[in-house]
Amino acid sequence: MTFSYIVRRMLQTVPVFIGITLIVFLIMHLTPGDPVEIMMGRGSVVTTELIEQIRHELGLDRPLYVQYFRFLGGVLHGDFGRSILQRAPVMQLIADRLPATFELTIFSIIISLIIAIPVGIISSVKRYSLLDHIGTVSALAGVSMPSFWLGLLLIIVFSVKLKILPVTGRANYGYGLAPITNFLLIDAVITGNWGALGDAIRHLLLPAITLGSYMAALTMRVTRSSMLEVLSRDYIRTALAKGLSHKVVILKHAMRNALVPTVTVVTLNIGILLGGNMIVESVFGWPGLGRLVINAVYTRDYPLVQGVVLIYALTYVVMNFIADLLYAALNPKVRF
Amino acid sequence: MEFKRFWKLYRKNRAAVIGLILTIFFLVMAIFAPFIAPQDPNTGKLTERLSPPFWMEGGSRRHLFGTDSLGRDILSRVIYGSRISILIGVVVVSVATITGVMIGLVSGYFGGKVDAIIQRIVDTLLAFPYLIFALAIMSVLGPGLKNIILALVYKEWVTPCRVIRGDTLVAKEENYVEAARAMGASNWHILIRSLLPNVMASVIVVASLRIGWVVLMEASLSFLGLGVQPPTATWGGMVAGGRDYIFQAWWITAFPGIAIFLLVMGVNLMGEGLRDAFDPKLTKGKK
Repeated sequence: MTFSYIVRRMLQTVPVFIGITLIVFLIMHLTPGDPVEIMMGRGSVVTTELIEQIRHELGLDRPLYVQYFRFLGGVLHGDFGRSILQRAPVMQLIADRLPATFELTIFSIIISLIIAIPVGIISSVKRYSLLDHIGTVSALAGVSMPSFWLGLLLIIVFSVKLKILPVTGRANYGYGLAPITNFLLIDAVITGNWGALGDAIRHLLLPAITLGSYMAALTMRVTRSSMLEVLSRDYIRTALAKGLSHKVVILKHAMRNALVPTVTVVTLNIGILLGGNMIVESVFGWPGLGRLVINAVYTRDYPLVQGVVLIYALTYVVMNFIADLLYAALNPKVRF
Repeated sequence: MEFKRFWKLYRKNRAAVIGLILTIFFLVMAIFAPFIAPQDPNTGKLTERLSPPFWMEGGSRRHLFGTDSLGRDILSRVIYGSRISILIGVVVVSVATITGVMIGLVSGYFGGKVDAIIQRIVDTLLAFPYLIFALAIMSVLGPGLKNIILALVYKEWVTPCRVIRGDTLVAKEENYVEAARAMGASNWHILIRSLLPNVMASVIVVASLRIGWVVLMEASLSFLGLGVQPPTATWGGMVAGGRDYIFQAWWITAFPGIAIFLLVMGVNLMGEGLRDAFDPKLTKGKK
């Protein structure tokens, strides 16, 4: 993978970045009705002078293209405006919540990969066996099940009936964990607070399993399908004919090639996780970006909605970019 | 492909047949809801609120699946809720597929700048996580049936567009297209009369595989309170309504969730069966 490939790929994201900012801008500005009146709330008692004043302060009396460039300039400087309700910079509110969402997303990816890849490999190696059927049916169930329902079911079983895992929240703050990075797992390890580490993991388990279930199901199917394809190749047959053990052939030769599409699918489906964490954070009361944007929607806090949607979309673009680089690194034949 | 041959291939796939049966079951439930539902889904007696299913202590045969916090019959609401899910699933996928197919055909056939512009728009829309995009649209349009359909269509058309564009790029190099061009056929004639019939199999497969996803998205938006508003019964809304009573009345949440799960699974199995039947090369041989 050459430096020029990386630069070329980065330049390809520029039009997508501009497109994203344009769409986010247009969603908020081309809606029916006056944006200031919408922000104030329909039926609210405000004078025309006040509306005009707010419109002028927000630059909404300028031509649309001027407003867009002003908005774009703000985005490039990390200024997403101010929250109407919380009267704080949107970027600050996002930064406060980002670690919680990232921690949940990364943990759920780890859990889903730990489950899905071995199950996918076993399913492919023991094709049409009982294990394969269980794996396949579970994967189908995983992609068909609504995440909010799965989350509530897990709460009923593990929190209500068995009482072994907490219902909501990110941590039991009685462990006195000092916030350093705001990633609780990292902070607990840094400070050696093992009680807090265990507590944070216990709080993470149910939301992460809920969030990761769809990706686990998808990953399992892709891994199985990819392994089946690789196992039918001539070089695998050659390796077996040479007397190598099944274990070595599968783990050393087949798996490495079979995981290339898996890596791509996982990275490309980060977007589904990002969308899904809105639901999961709502179910489990997780204090992340998802809950922030849902509350912003309920309260019509449009600058906040705009900022969070932009962050989600830009994160997806970055993950796509990383996926392409990973794919190129794993598969030298890739040349765009 | 002849229908008989297609049906023979489809029937061999047991999972696909189960999916078809499930899908037809819910379709019939939705169409005949007024005749099947034992009670009015929006009327309840407060004296009967939070009654358990009939097999549990305190349950009655009047309310087979129990009642919710307003005394409304859960079974009737699940039956009527199927109408919203299926309506939104079918309408969104139909509109999005027609839109996406036409744009994909144009993009793939004409190529060049037209293709480049369309695909950049597609790339940009694909960059938005599905639910986030729908949420952003709903936040300005407001909740409601029409708005949820619009919000989902805005994002949904890109998938069939991408797939059909890919098929068109291959199909436009075929001899029959060249022959049509040589005979003086216009571009639109080639698109509609030559290319479209030949990508129809992909269209059907993509559409059927997307219905399940759209149903999940509608249920998620309803769960968040942004879908069709109460008192209309929606499965997602019912699950949300049951959250506050999850400790003492789990059935309010359980039954609509099971319904969503079975419908989506049925449609997914049916879609995968269609895909395999249209392309027998994809069907792995059984031992």
